[in-house]
Amino acid sequence: MAKSKATRKSGETMKMTSSRETVVQGMDDEELQRALADDIISASEDEGGSDDERKHCKLLEAISSLGGKKRKKLTERSEASIQVSEFTVNAEGEGDKINLSDLIGTLDKTPSALIKTKKQLKNLQHNQSTLETPLTRKETEKIQREVAFEKTSKEVSRWQSVVLQNQKAEQLVFPLNQEPSGPKRIEQVVAGWKAQTPLEQEIFSLLRMNKQPLHDPVLTPTEEASLRAMSLEEAKIRRAELQKTRVLQSYYEAKAKRERKIKSKKYHRVQKKVMRKEYLKQFDEMVKTDPAAALEELKKMELSRMKERMSLKHQNSGKWAKSKAIMAKYDDGARKAMQIQLEVNKDLTQKLVIPADEDEEDEEESAETLPDFVNDVEPILDQVNPWMRGKLSTEPMMQEESNRLDPPVWPREVGKPGEGWDDQEEDEEQMEETEEESLLRGFEERRKLRQTEDVEVAPMSMEENDDEKKAEILDISDDDEEAVEISDDEEAVEISDDEEAGLSNFTSLFHGLVKNHMEPPADQPKASPGAGQEESPALLEEGLVRVRTLEDVELLSQDISASDTALLTTQTPGTEETDTQSATQQADKKRKRKKMIDPNEVLTKEAKVIEMPLAPTAIEDVEDKEEQRIIIKEAFAGDDVISDFLKDKRKQEEAGRPKVIDLTLPGWGEWGGLGLQPSRSKRKRFRVKVAPPPPRQDQKLPNIIIAEKRDSSIAAHQVCQLPFPFENPTQFERTIRSPVGHTWNTQNTVQKITAPKVVTQLGAIIEPIAREDLIKNNRQAVTRPSINLESDQGPQKKRCSQQKKKHKRKRN
Amino acid sequence: MKVKVLSRNPDDYVRETKLDIQRVPRNYDPSLHPFEVPREYTRALNATKLERVFAKPFLASLDGHRDGVNCMAKHPKSLSTMLSGSCDGELKVWNLTKRECVRTLQAHEGFVRGMVVSFCGTSFFTVGDDKTIKQWKMETPGYGEEEEPLNTILGKSVFTSIDHHQKEGVFVTCGQQVDIWDEQRSNPIRSFSWGVDSFNCVRFNPVETELLASCASDRSIVLYDMREATPLKKVIMNMRSNTLCWNPMEAYNFTCSNEDYNLYTFDMRYLDKPVTVHMDHVSAVLDVDYSPTGKEFVSASFDKTIRIFPKDSGHSREVYHTKRMQHVISIKWSSDNKYILSASDEMNIRLWKANAAEKLGLLAPREKSAVNYSQKLKEKFQHHPQIRRISRHRHLPKSIYSQSKELRVMKEARRRKERNVRKHSKPGSMPVVTEKEKHVVTVVK
Repeated sequence: MAKSKATRKSGETMKMTSSRETVVQGMDDEELQRALADDIISASEDEGGSDDERKHCKLLEAISSLGGKKRKKLTERSEASIQVSEFTVNAEGEGDKINLSDLIGTLDKTPSALIKTKKQLKNLQHNQSTLETPLTRKETEKIQREVAFEKTSKEVSRWQSVVLQNQKAEQLVFPLNQEPSGPKRIEQVVAGWKAQTPLEQEIFSLLRMNKQPLHDPVLTPTEEASLRAMSLEEAKIRRAELQKTRVLQSYYEAKAKRERKIKSKKYHRVQKKVMRKEYLKQFDEMVKTDPAAALEELKKMELSRMKERMSLKHQNSGKWAKSKAIMAKYDDGARKAMQIQLEVNKDLTQKLVIPADEDEEDEEESAETLPDFVNDVEPILDQVNPWMRGKLSTEPMMQEESNRLDPPVWPREVGKPGEGWDDQEEDEEQMEETEEESLLRGFEERRKLRQTEDVEVAPMSMEENDDEKKAEILDISDDDEEAVEISDDEEAVEISDDEEAGLSNFTSLFHGLVKNHMEPPADQPKASPGAGQEESPALLEEGLVRVRTLEDVELLSQDISASDTALLTTQTPGTEETDTQSATQQADKKRKRKKMIDPNEVLTKEAKVIEMPLAPTAIEDVEDKEEQRIIIKEAFAGDDVISDFLKDKRKQEEAGRPKVIDLTLPGWGEWGGLGLQPSRSKRKRFRVKVAPPPPRQDQKLPNIIIAEKRDSSIAAHQVCQLPFPFENPTQFERTIRSPVGHTWNTQNTVQKITAPKVVTQLGAIIEPIAREDLIKNNRQAVTRPSINLESDQGPQKKRCSQQKKKHKRKRN
Repeated sequence: MKVKVLSRNPDDYVRETKLDIQRVPRNYDPSLHPFEVPREYTRALNATKLERVFAKPFLASLDGHRDGVNCMAKHPKSLSTMLSGSCDGELKVWNLTKRECVRTLQAHEGFVRGMVVSFCGTSFFTVGDDKTIKQWKMETPGYGEEEEPLNTILGKSVFTSIDHHQKEGVFVTCGQQVDIWDEQRSNPIRSFSWGVDSFNCVRFNPVETELLASCASDRSIVLYDMREATPLKKVIMNMRSNTLCWNPMEAYNFTCSNEDYNLYTFDMRYLDKPVTVHMDHVSAVLDVDYSPTGKEFVSASFDKTIRIFPKDSGHSREVYHTKRMQHVISIKWSSDNKYILSASDEMNIRLWKANAAEKLGLLAPREKSAVNYSQKLKEKFQHHPQIRRISRHRHLPKSIYSQSKELRVMKEARRRKERNVRKHSKPGSMPVVTEKEKHVVTVVK
């Protein structure tokens, strides 16, 4: 009862408080007032502190009266302000008016601390403008509401992804977070379980000693935490990830093993090249994205190069190399091996050249399709040819240097347009550099070239003279491997050529021969080996001329001999004034030398050539209309719409006409068999003629086809409109056409197809989605991409394995 | 001499026990099973027809109240328990499996306005016309004990609705203002009011548990956050919303039942336009409740019908009615997504199946797969006219049928008039107002 009373009382007080706010007052209000009064009284009574004081006073009085001398003490009302006043104002001069100055007077006595406030006061006095009135309550509330709404809506929007996900889900299983099946702990099943038997108690005391959990959490806190850290699904995901990585790893290992066993050198060479290219590309990207790392990489490369240059490794100076050198004369393999060594050396000592722009990359890609030797052979021969530029094996600096140093050797190199022009500009800049620098560079270059020369000399020395070699080379069969070898040789030769300004006639001849021997299938199908000597420089020139501007051609045409110009004019139509030439001729020529044509150049030229023959203008009307009609007529000359329509109609009529049904069967009353026809009488007898259909509705309408196919009895079952989610009829038809039943599908498929969208458990309460689900979902969304990352590691691993392989090879 | 005999291995065709299914070897060669589409179409048609044949949604009627049933409450932990309060202040606790009343008590004088079971299921709260909030024990008092509330809170004015927080001992009431109460205290821990209007429904968001929404009699729906000092936003509609219900699977969506015969699903972030307008009722919609899966909701109307709407469809997929059922005041969707409970004016509570043709109880695996297959077929061929016609066919009481027809005519006439006015006025002066925009008057910030 007491409790209920208390509640009632509290209810009343509640009402009291609210009654201040509300205007409405009913019958109960009087009661309320009374209750309020009661409350106040009781409150005054309850002031225990003052009570005590009074008692204390009485006690003192009693004690003083004990002394016999009875003294009447005047009780006096005392005011604290008389004794102490903070502002030196007391109640004595009560009638006086207190001025602000009286109050401030104290401020003078306490100077330093109050200067600040003084200043502020002064400022306030000076400041004439009034403060802005505070916003009304309504407005502040509005602002508050808006802010709160923003916050809440943002919070709620976190669910968007979950909601969408659930909408798109193929199947939803409710209740959402079902407890995992399996045995449960006894504490979960039975509440308030206690150890009772002595054995149990003993066990529990032991547990307590070992600080194991006793009651509800059977797991230790750390175990609990670990359990909480990873849910079952997460664990599953993680396991799947690990499985995947393991599988991938084993796969790549197996692949690497298999690749290691491949003996084909060509394969490895190609592989290496691909790898290098990839590496380069990566490096390129790195240059763009992470310059610091790229620099680091560059330094590393430089270091390795330096090391290689310092060491005698791969220099064919070791014991093995010497032995090989002896054998090289007789043994192709030995020669090849040495060659490989040199190649390695070359590779390692080369400065890395990053392709300058996209064009060159493209060129690289195009070069990829060509056989190896094309890339390997002529890094310098091709320097004029843009398609062959930008390779690893060449060093532009060097080339430029050589160009600059040896103008007489490459006279036409000077007029290199496009990028060549830029190079030239650079060259000019370089010319301005100090002599010292150029000298230094010259030394370095020399050193480098010497190395290559050494390389070159070793095999050369084996041969008695160049004639022999030439003969040998000419004898060489078309075998690819051989070709590669030749190319290598040639390259080396060229490098040596570069170094020595005075290029001997003989070597040039040799070049020409070799080149002719190599190139005919690729570049010049018509070129005869005999003409090669003369044409090889011409070919190079073409490469130059092709990318040259018109002025250059004009300039050059004065210099070049008549025969040369003739060649040029026939072979480089792109540079000529092409307006007069017919497009077909152009195309012909282009086809001939497809590989050599710069697409940009061709495109611009074409744009010039093509002109709109008839551009109808709006001003001339009558003639124009006529013209237009003609144009349209011309445009649609091929298709005759009317006759097509007539044909269509005839076809439809044909289809609508009833066919004679032939029901004759062979045998049945006469002989049947191969080559025997049923008798005419029988055929006549079993041929059923169908009554002609009613005349077509469009019979007398020449330009209309009325389709009479629609069958109303079937139409009742047909879909007449494309239903909503489908975009075209074929899409819809496809869904209809694929059967779902077990007559056409296997058991599993049927189960999969017919799985219901919402699955509920019988008798299970479905709780609303909880915040934990949101968090779980988010975490899943985070973890999913990581799986992808894992799978993306494939190529990297591949690269790793390749690198490993490379190292292994080097060791060999 | 060699005698050739046809011989088969019995293992291939004999079943191990007689309870096994006969093994039927299959050849899935499509040429052996022609006419896939026509055959499946026939099956789909049959399935649709059978569905209509088996559509018997009405399960039971729970009678015992001596006045119209005004409110109901689900038990959060027990599927079989349900509470109902009537207009004479009587409260009954029902056991749904036995379909009988297990407890009756006089909770209030006058209407029992609202009822809610606390999240733990041990007690329930009622509000009534006698301006009190009462907390009751869920357990039936023992023999000789009196039916007494655990707590009674006297209010200043009538409370019209009550709802409980999903996870904490906090509940909310509304009347002249929206009060948030702690179970342990007799004073509201927070009160919200915005204008001087009375509220008729307040609901906690079951997902974002600190959010609330209420319907006020000034035709507005107001959103609150329990943690904030002020309400969040208010949308005023053309007519008054009676009740609202939050989607239990989508934190920001709620549906309100309106006096203008429609239901509106709102995204609480964008109140200026409802996401969907659900039309089909022919009289004021009095109550709405979401299915626990959040895919559908059920509405009770003054037109004596119950309708089930997919949450994103403008029209109902099902309508339930019986001859004796009067104005349906309160409706609940059971928390196992299987049943619907409706409380109506004529003192009865009715138990319906949520899916009319569903077979109740455990299904054999083959039965289940057959049901799934037919469901899939119906879905696949749903656009075919015959199937659509049969699956959509419902019998309606004549009054409702004629009224809906009348409404359709009226709507068409209005549209025609609008079109004509637009046609004869200055282009651009009569903007096209979509159905969704029509019903919202304004959003108050």
